[in-house]
Amino acid sequence: MRMKWVAYPYLVWAVLFTVVPLFLILFYSVLQQTDNGWRFTWEFFQKCTQPIYLKVLWRSVYLAFLSTLVCLLLGYPMAMILSNMQLSKKNFFVLLFVIPMWMNFLLRTYAWMTLLERKGLINTVLGYLHLPSLNILYTDQAVILGMVYNFLPFMVLPIYAVLDKMDKSLIEAANDLGANNFTVFRKIIFPLSIPGVLSGITMVFMPAVTTFVISRLLGGGQYTLIGNLIEQQFLVTGDWNFGSALSIIMMILILLSMSVMSRYEKENEGGMLW
Amino acid sequence: MAQNIIDLVNISKAYDGIAVLKNINLYIKKNEFLTLLGPSGCGKTTTLRIIGGFEQPSEGQILFEGTDITSLPPFKRKINTVFQKYALFPHMNVFENVAFGLTVKKIDKATIKEKVLEMLRLVNLEGFAERTINSLSGGQQQRIAIARALVNQPDVLLLDEPLGALDLKLRKEMQIELKNIQQRLGITFIYVTHDQEEALTMSDTIVVMNGGIIQQVGQPEDIYNEPKNAFVAEFIGESNIVSGKMLEDCLVEMAGHVFPCVDKGFNQGEMIDVVIRPEDIKMVAEEEGMLQGTVKSVIFKGVHYETIVESNDINWMIHSTLMEPVNSKVGLNILPNDIHVMKKVSNK
Repeated sequence: MRMKWVAYPYLVWAVLFTVVPLFLILFYSVLQQTDNGWRFTWEFFQKCTQPIYLKVLWRSVYLAFLSTLVCLLLGYPMAMILSNMQLSKKNFFVLLFVIPMWMNFLLRTYAWMTLLERKGLINTVLGYLHLPSLNILYTDQAVILGMVYNFLPFMVLPIYAVLDKMDKSLIEAANDLGANNFTVFRKIIFPLSIPGVLSGITMVFMPAVTTFVISRLLGGGQYTLIGNLIEQQFLVTGDWNFGSALSIIMMILILLSMSVMSRYEKENEGGMLW
Repeated sequence: MAQNIIDLVNISKAYDGIAVLKNINLYIKKNEFLTLLGPSGCGKTTTLRIIGGFEQPSEGQILFEGTDITSLPPFKRKINTVFQKYALFPHMNVFENVAFGLTVKKIDKATIKEKVLEMLRLVNLEGFAERTINSLSGGQQQRIAIARALVNQPDVLLLDEPLGALDLKLRKEMQIELKNIQQRLGITFIYVTHDQEEALTMSDTIVVMNGGIIQQVGQPEDIYNEPKNAFVAEFIGESNIVSGKMLEDCLVEMAGHVFPCVDKGFNQGEMIDVVIRPEDIKMVAEEEGMLQGTVKSVIFKGVHYETIVESNDINWMIHSTLMEPVNSKVGLNILPNDIHVMKKVSNK
């Protein structure tokens, strides 16, 4: 009970910038301003179910899913390599993973634009080697590339944390009981690292499904994701009602996926980094 | 003559240039309970890990029933291990843990079930099959670890200080239980411990190690009664170590007195160490003793009193059921059989 007051600034902060905005979004998503006051309506949620918007939603989830998968496939082996390194090297390589995160997110993404340009660095090198040029800027591939590049550390680090803490004698015990290295991975290492994998997936999937910067810069604006759609409603179209309804749907989507994850996590108790 | 099941031939091991094992030669017979005993850092666990295949020796060979297995990975050896901290798989229940080795070998489910349940019965944990590992006490986890290793019917079971984490009472119970299991199944046990009492209780053969070198190999009685050097004597139980001089065969001079003894084969006038166990010194009336001294302190230890008697500037530790008051004069007698003469170890 003591020192309760130290939490007040945070409380004020949370109310002002989290609770109030949430209620405003909820408010705008179901209430429409007319000449004679506010009117309750489901109209904006119904608008979300129009095929064109469902398609945007599907694309967002699909691209986020793909990049999460790529992150997992790349990140897991990286995390394993990291955790098997000698202590002195380990810290250095973990640092290498973290350093790009110190740079501004926008800068990193812009850098990819110049790299991928028709006359960018990559194509210059390819041309010099007489290889066919790579024109993926403003395509799905570029968007996925951007997501994977930006979010990969969020997959590697939690998996690495779990693998690093894992009791190595468990691996020896499994070996001792007749399991070869592949079986040890399948039956011991991977199942025990699931908490790390789950938090990695959460940490990659959530920013990936909501991003609008990566898709706008690397997708060239012709590819709209749900993040872009919401941004558009608020900043361009000025349709706050529809934007709010979309936001609510996205939030529900994220909450649902998180609750599925957390249920799975409880079954497989284990330490998490984040 | 029974064939050796495991031979360690000239095994050496170094980590980053620091020698941990120095030319170890050890022959382990079938069905014996062999204990590697020594202080921490003496190389006993490294020896065990080399037998298990978790470490490669820097030099030397391991033979299993005469076949070289030095480079064979652990999962191809007919040897199973009980790890120090049990290393049970936390994401599996008791049944799955015990069944692990059999599952990996793709044995049919009915057989696995039968064998696992039989093994749980053997370690007195019937009805625990569905429990999670975290819900078990230390002693129960220990038994599961033993069951998990034994279910594979290994020829050799390695145990790395398996009782270290248990309380005294449980440890004593488990010692007897382990010995029973070993005798019933007729498996070779190689046991690592730093607890000399544990080693004396359970072993057929004790290997005393220190500084990466085998100090003595022998049966518990021999190790206790005829320690080869001062280290072994100090490490196995308490002892009085006094330096002395060998006058001739069966006659030794120490503490200003000449004692008859049973040791032979030393040079005349050779300086030697004499080990006398505290329980082997008899306190008698002053004038009847070979040595005379004054009682310095008496501590009650339960079954006996630990008495320190000073005589000729030597403090003798004596375990006796008799209580002599402090500062009283007593005589000390030592029988020839209880005097153990050892070569002096040149200073390391």
